[in-house]
Amino acid sequence: MSTLLEVTDLHVEFRTRDGIAKAVDGVSYAVQAGQTLAVLGESGSGKSVTAQAVMGILDSPPGRITAGRIAFHGQDLLTMPERERRAVRGARMAMIFQDALSALNPVLSVGHQLAEMFTTHRGTSRKDARAKAVELMDRVRIPAARQRAGDFPHQFSGGMRQRVMIAMAIALEPELVIADEPTTALDVTVQAQVMDLLAELQREMDMGLILITHDLGVVADVADHIAVMYAGRIVETAPVHRIYAAPAHPYTKGLLESIPRLDRKGRELYAIKGLPPSPHHVPPGCAFNPRCPLARDRCRTEQPPLYEVAAGRTSACHYWHECLHGTRDSGTPEGAGR
Amino acid sequence: MSHPTPAPQVDGSPPPSHEPVLEVRGLVKHFPLTQGIVFRRQIGAVKAVDGVDFRLHRGETLGIVGESGCGKSTVARLLMNLERPTAGQVLYKGEDITRLSGRALKAVRRNIQMVFQDPYTSLNPRMTVGDIIGEPFEIHPEVAPKGDRARRVRELLDVVGLSPEYINRYPHQFSGGQRQRIGIARGLALNPEIIICDEPVSALDVSVQAQVINLMERLQAEFGLAYLFIAHDLSVVRHISDRVAVMYLGRVVELGDDREIYEHATHPYTQALLSAVPVPDPAARADRDRIILTGDVPSPAAVPSGCRFRTRCFKARDRCAREEPLLTVPEPFRDRSTPAGHPSACLFAAERGTGEGNGASST
Repeated sequence: MSTLLEVTDLHVEFRTRDGIAKAVDGVSYAVQAGQTLAVLGESGSGKSVTAQAVMGILDSPPGRITAGRIAFHGQDLLTMPERERRAVRGARMAMIFQDALSALNPVLSVGHQLAEMFTTHRGTSRKDARAKAVELMDRVRIPAARQRAGDFPHQFSGGMRQRVMIAMAIALEPELVIADEPTTALDVTVQAQVMDLLAELQREMDMGLILITHDLGVVADVADHIAVMYAGRIVETAPVHRIYAAPAHPYTKGLLESIPRLDRKGRELYAIKGLPPSPHHVPPGCAFNPRCPLARDRCRTEQPPLYEVAAGRTSACHYWHECLHGTRDSGTPEGAGR
Repeated sequence: MSHPTPAPQVDGSPPPSHEPVLEVRGLVKHFPLTQGIVFRRQIGAVKAVDGVDFRLHRGETLGIVGESGCGKSTVARLLMNLERPTAGQVLYKGEDITRLSGRALKAVRRNIQMVFQDPYTSLNPRMTVGDIIGEPFEIHPEVAPKGDRARRVRELLDVVGLSPEYINRYPHQFSGGQRQRIGIARGLALNPEIIICDEPVSALDVSVQAQVINLMERLQAEFGLAYLFIAHDLSVVRHISDRVAVMYLGRVVELGDDREIYEHATHPYTQALLSAVPVPDPAARADRDRIILTGDVPSPAAVPSGCRFRTRCFKARDRCAREEPLLTVPEPFRDRSTPAGHPSACLFAAERGTGEGNGASST
């Protein structure tokens, strides 16, 4: 197993009217071939911005990568000339977006857009590219692919559109696919179809997959490793089966406990009190401290590093073993906080 | 929970109180499809809601789940009297509100309020929070006399867990969860009996979602509210609901209390829906038995004959195309006291994994 992608100490800032917002503040993660890394976080946690930086599609300005390294097969993408980078993007790493309707070109047929992948990157003739487009649509199981290749994006249902997006992403058999909330806009039964397809294609092609999501259920279903993000930083990383059984960060623990579950029916749900911080005013020390049931003075001044809590597991909490082994009960329901 | 009523009664379980506050009978809403500009002809209809029956009791939460396009939001609009039904009745305490107008309608509307999905678009950005929450009093001045309104608004803010000092702020100064609290405060202003919640937490982050659900449950206990809780998130619906109605293509296909639906579902659509929900437990990954449905939901303008789920159903047979299943307690469970004995609109209704009822139906 080789390391496909390694992000090291990435910093991304946005210059806005209200000042500088640190959207990504020192994020590091790695993805291996054939593996799925889930990046979990709420809106504003920086999970999508990190992915955009990796793909090289960050809106800039206002966004700016201020520090860090993004190595793809050991080669730093950030120092690479744009021409070389463009050859990597699309062909060797591809992205699947949440909203297929706005990610696809509304005035070109789906078949044309898929064929473009081959004509642009591979120099395939138009006729051959068209045939390959139909083949791809077949592969992602769009019924009557030949007839539908001439249809426009708005003529497809949400689930079928997402299949078109997946077809486009896998067209050139990339080594790495980044899927940003690929099923959030879909109904559960369709979500199951799409996730199944994605997992199958990943297995077939031995792709590395970065799955960006806020859904703990989807993560449990498909991921191998997980990185939890909060306020622009990674707060916990772990193999997926460990984190659900025993989270080592109070934020992860709070998220897991706030999911409605069978044994909690009729009882008040655990709710993490307060709100995620604005990227302009991240609290000093640990960014989670105002909402944390374990917080003490040290948390308000000293930013926790990622402690190694076990082999392959890290947690950015000074008091991670309290969280992990529960020496002080942190699960007291806070009720509906403000 | 066994149910002694022998007849195929369209209601899941014993109600928390006897009198329904809201009863829906044979509700139908078809939107006509027309062709031609000068001479308009109707060429078909989008059957958004196509025969829905249910009851809502005082202090109860009825969850409605279903995928997009199943008609759940149209049901909400019909109950609010924002649309006129094509057929059917909506009875509020025995009175059909679909025929009301003017003053009588206004009086009923006071008691049925709504909380919307998107707290970003459902609050007027040019109005202060105080004006938004106080607006219902302009329409129903009898609830709070003019001099008392500011005090009432402050009280409402406090009830939903916001600081009364926020009264002069604008919606953009609040986060999504706080805005949803403002929407809830507005819904509570007129002391309604029924609140219709259309996807009230789906736009919120997980950590904030739990706060809003807790708030809604607390308010229900405090004010004896009845909720019609429309959502697509099955675990949220399970947590908050006393009974659940599963909708597919304009019809309720299964109705029961939480255990009956979530543990003893007999309709194949409910089973597929439940099996598709990702479980936040990686250990369960290996022994999951998922039903992956094929294809998409048919267009409500061209509803399949017979059972409307048959085009995607893994159990479908010839009979399903000919006969339309009714929402009743299925034959095999009718005389037995079992949690599987709840209304389910399937000719071959059976619990998963038992094989019981597979073709055993005697008609």
